[in-house]
Amino acid sequence: MGHPIRRAAFYFTVGVISLILVAPVIAFMINAFAFRWFYPQLIPQEWSLQAWERLGLIPRAGERSVSGFIDLWMSVPDVVSALWLSLAIGVTVTGLSVIIGLPAARALGLYKFRGKRIVEFMIITPTILPPIAFSLGLNINFIRWDLALQDMGIPIDLAGSVIGVSIVHLVPVMPYVVLTLSGVFANYNPDFEAQARSLGARPLRIFWDVTLPSILPGLFVAALFAFLVSWSQYLLTFLIGQGRVVTLPMLLFSAAGTGNNAMIAALSLVFIAPAILILLVTSRYLSGESSAVGGFGRV
Amino acid sequence: MTHLSLRGLTKLYPGADKPAIDNLNIEVESGSLVALLGPSGCGKTTTMKMIAGLLKPSGGDILFDDTSILQIPPEKRGAVMVFQNYLLFPYMTVAQNVGYGLKMRKTDQATIDRRVDEMLELVKLPGMGARKPKELSGGQQQRIALARALIVNPNLLLLDEPLSNLDAHLRFEMRDLIREIQKSMGITTIFVTHDQEEAAVLADRIALILNGTLQQYDTPMALYHQPTSREIAQFFGGVNFLQGRQDGGVFTCDLGQFDVPRANGPGDGVLTIRPEDITIAEADGPNTVSGTVASHIYVGTHSRLKVRVGEAMFDVIADASAIQTYGDGQPIRLAFPPQKLWVLPPGGTE
Repeated sequence: MGHPIRRAAFYFTVGVISLILVAPVIAFMINAFAFRWFYPQLIPQEWSLQAWERLGLIPRAGERSVSGFIDLWMSVPDVVSALWLSLAIGVTVTGLSVIIGLPAARALGLYKFRGKRIVEFMIITPTILPPIAFSLGLNINFIRWDLALQDMGIPIDLAGSVIGVSIVHLVPVMPYVVLTLSGVFANYNPDFEAQARSLGARPLRIFWDVTLPSILPGLFVAALFAFLVSWSQYLLTFLIGQGRVVTLPMLLFSAAGTGNNAMIAALSLVFIAPAILILLVTSRYLSGESSAVGGFGRV
Repeated sequence: MTHLSLRGLTKLYPGADKPAIDNLNIEVESGSLVALLGPSGCGKTTTMKMIAGLLKPSGGDILFDDTSILQIPPEKRGAVMVFQNYLLFPYMTVAQNVGYGLKMRKTDQATIDRRVDEMLELVKLPGMGARKPKELSGGQQQRIALARALIVNPNLLLLDEPLSNLDAHLRFEMRDLIREIQKSMGITTIFVTHDQEEAAVLADRIALILNGTLQQYDTPMALYHQPTSREIAQFFGGVNFLQGRQDGGVFTCDLGQFDVPRANGPGDGVLTIRPEDITIAEADGPNTVSGTVASHIYVGTHSRLKVRVGEAMFDVIADASAIQTYGDGQPIRLAFPPQKLWVLPPGGTE
C-alpha cells in the first residue's frame, strides 16, 4: 500500500464507510437534544433535555443533583425497567444459547457423521424462515402447554411471560451461536484434551484448563451475537410477550408512532448504547487477526 | 517400573470392515524400551491410545504388572502420552506446562517449582520456565513435552513419533536424550515410529505391525537378520530373494547350491541375504556366484551395485572404493557368507 494514490483511495473508502455508518447516529444525537427545530433551520437553534426528562432518564431542571438522579432512577421509570428487562432477557438468552450451542458446535466442527449437512441446514433455517410464521404457531402451542401445566398444578406461564420470551429468543439466536462456535471447533485440536487427560486432569478440569482458553475468543463473539440478536428482537417479544413483556424495542416501536422526533431519537440512543459499548470492548476479538469469526467461511 | 502386557488387543472402529489392530499380544519388560514399528495407518497410534486409555479397545486386555487397567480412567493410569506435535498448552508458560501433571496431582507449589527446575535441567533447557511455548524452537518444544510427561514419574511413557518432526541433526540429539533419560529413570517406554532405523537404534525390542497385525516381536538384530517372513525382510530393506528348496543345511535353487547352517527343517523356502552382507569374492568357492554389474551408484560412504546373476538380480552394498573397479557390464563374483544366509518360509510376492 505504498503508492500515494492507493493510500488516498484506501482512506477515502474507509472515510465513506465510516460516514455511512456514523451519520445516522449523529442524526439521532442532534434530534435527541433539539428543541423547536423548524424548517428552514439547517441545525436546531435551540437545545434542550426535554425528551430525556419525558423519558424519565434525567430529572427536571433544579433537581439535577446526585440525589435527584438517584430518586428518579429508583422510582423506576418505564424506560429504566424496560432497559433492565431487555438486559436480563439478553443475558439469560446468551447464557442458555452458549450452553446449548457448545456441544452442538463441537460435534459439527470436529466430527464427520451421516446427515451432517441436514443438521447444519436445520440449524440455519431460523435465519431463512419469517419469524411471524413460526412465532404464531409457537404462541398457540405455548398457550396449550400453559393450560396443560396448570392442569398438572405447575403455575408456569410461557405465553405472555419473560420465560416464554426468553425461550423464543433462542430461535433466532441459536444459528449465530452454533455457526460461530462450529467455526472455532473446526480449527480446534482435541488432542490437547487427550494430552491433559493423560497428564492426570479430570474432564471438568480439562474443560476449564484446555477447552475454554482455546475457544474463548470465539465464545466472546458468539455471546456478542447472541446478546445483540436478543436485544433487538421486536416481533418475537411482541407476539409471545403479548404486550405484557415490555422490553426496550417495545417502547421504541410505540414511541415511533408518536411523531415526537426528539423522544424517538433519545430512545434510539439508549437502545444502541449497549451494542456500541460491547463492540468497543470486544472489537479486538472481531478483527482479522483473530480466527474467532473464521467459521463463517465454511458454511 | 511397570510390566506391560497386551493380550489379544483388538480395535474395530465403527463402520470399518477390518480391525485397525487385530489380536495384538505383546509383553513389555519392566524398564525396557519397545518400538511399535509400521507404515502409517497400520494401527500403531491406535494401540498407543488404547494403552493410554484415550480409546476403548473392542476386545482383549491391557495389564500393568498383571493387573487389568481397562476399568481405570486415563487420568489415573499414569500412562503419559507425548504427542507427535508436542501439544504444549499455548497460553501457559513453559514452567506451567511442565508442572501441569503435578498440579493435577494436587502437589504443593514449592515442590512443583523445584521439580520443574529439575526436569528442565534433565532435558537440558534450564532457565526456560518463564517463556511461552511459541518462543521455543521445535526441538525445544519437544523436550519440554518430554519433561512435562516425565515430571509425574509415569508408570509408562508413550511417545508418538517423537523424532519425525525434527531436523536431521536434532533427531540424533533427541534420540540420544530419550535413550539416556529412559535408561537412567528406568521408565517402561513404548514409542511409535515408521522409521526402521530409528526403531533399531532406540528400542530394546521392536514390534513390527503391518495392516493391523503383529508380524514379529523381537530384538532389532533378529528383525534385520532373522525375519520370519518375506514382508518383514522387505520392510527392513531386504531385496535379495531366491526361491528354492532346503534340506540338511543345503539350499538348492536355479543358481546352484548354498550352505545354509542357520536353516530349519527340510522344505520349500526363500533364501535371503541383506545387501550389506554380500561380499565381493576374488575367486570361485563355496557359496559364490558369478554375474555382471547392471548398475552402480556412489553414495559417499559406500556404493550400491545391482548385479545380474542368471535370471536373478542382487542388490549389493560394497565399500566406496568398489565403484572404481566395477563399472557397468563388468563381470563380478559375489560371495554369500553362510552365517549371513537366512531361509524364509515360501510364499510372498515378487
